[in-house]
Amino acid sequence: MKTCLVVDDSRVIRKVSRRILEDLGFEVAEAADGVEAMAWCSAVMPDVVLLDWVMPAMDGMEFLKRLRAEPGGQRPKVVFCSGETDLARIREALEAGADEYIMKPFDGGIVAGKLASLGLAA
Amino acid sequence: MIPVADLDFVAALCRARAGLRVDPEKGYLVESRVAPVARREGFASPEAFIAAVRADGDARLAWSLVEAMVLPETEFFRDRQVFDALARDVLPALARARAGQPVRVWSAACGAGQEIYSLAMLVAEDPTLAGQVELFASDLSERSLEKAQAGLFSQFEVQRGLPARTLVRHFEKAGESFALSPRIRQMVRWRRVNLMDDLARFGQFDVLICRNLLTQLAPEAQAAVVGRLKRALAPGGRLVLGLREEAGGELTPMGGGLGLFALPGDAVRTAA
Repeated sequence: MKTCLVVDDSRVIRKVSRRILEDLGFEVAEAADGVEAMAWCSAVMPDVVLLDWVMPAMDGMEFLKRLRAEPGGQRPKVVFCSGETDLARIREALEAGADEYIMKPFDGGIVAGKLASLGLAA
Repeated sequence: MIPVADLDFVAALCRARAGLRVDPEKGYLVESRVAPVARREGFASPEAFIAAVRADGDARLAWSLVEAMVLPETEFFRDRQVFDALARDVLPALARARAGQPVRVWSAACGAGQEIYSLAMLVAEDPTLAGQVELFASDLSERSLEKAQAGLFSQFEVQRGLPARTLVRHFEKAGESFALSPRIRQMVRWRRVNLMDDLARFGQFDVLICRNLLTQLAPEAQAAVVGRLKRALAPGGRLVLGLREEAGGELTPMGGGLGLFALPGDAVRTAA
């Protein structure tokens, strides 16, 4: 079973994401910010990270840069999932090493499509 | 609730005008599809709208009723592997066979344009294809064509099937919407075409894309439309149907389960 780490400071978003991902057959873990997410990844790298941008403690961009610098940190696919819809910001996320980008609000169809395009059918 | 006689009228009208199969037993479906059009046209309910079309035979209203019954659902790069096969194999092979003549592609039920624009983006990104391919698109619905030509898509639409890298490469933000670049929009020529009419005046095409329309048509209309599309194909041309649609006749499935069919023959084409 493939694993997905959902990183978002909103409990509601984490809950919605978990339901969508579990329906898609993923094993889901949750983190409320980049610091928690780094701790999780240091223990075990997930197959994919669904990553919010604006969070307390450590934001999504900082987490992404640190993750990619970790041993094995290139392997997880990272899908930003953010309310930021400015194309320059989306370009910035992709250039920093994100594999895909989802603009909030989203639904199960969008998440399924993005993950399938990354070869991540669970 | 829409009266049975009115549902029968809608089914007969759609079948006669556009070959569409509308099940008069599914009143809820008719009601849900007609409701937005009825509101737009200023009627209090779908029932009132259908009754008015039936009573006064207004041609424009009748067409808007028919158009409302077409299932418009599509998305960018729907069934991505089909577009990859077209850009990687089908179009390069045809371009070689045409030896300098442009490869003519027609998306014959284009809806809001996501499929033909998907292909346009792939062509634009491939230096061996750019400038070698002419793209045409048509639809029965004037409203769909207007939306397609505007090239404005909602946040929801650009997240269905469109990779983020493609989004940032070819779109600009326009308020809450996303506007496709003029460069890509200008690659496509548009026309309103009813596939129930004779298509001979449009000339011949190397690739005809008509995905997921046949399954919405009545059986006799399916055969008639496939026949017309086949006659609009140049020898050696390719027909692209939905993944579960069949062409039959002398069109040979190209394998891979992608809905690609080949018309036998060498690359000889008559002009429009």
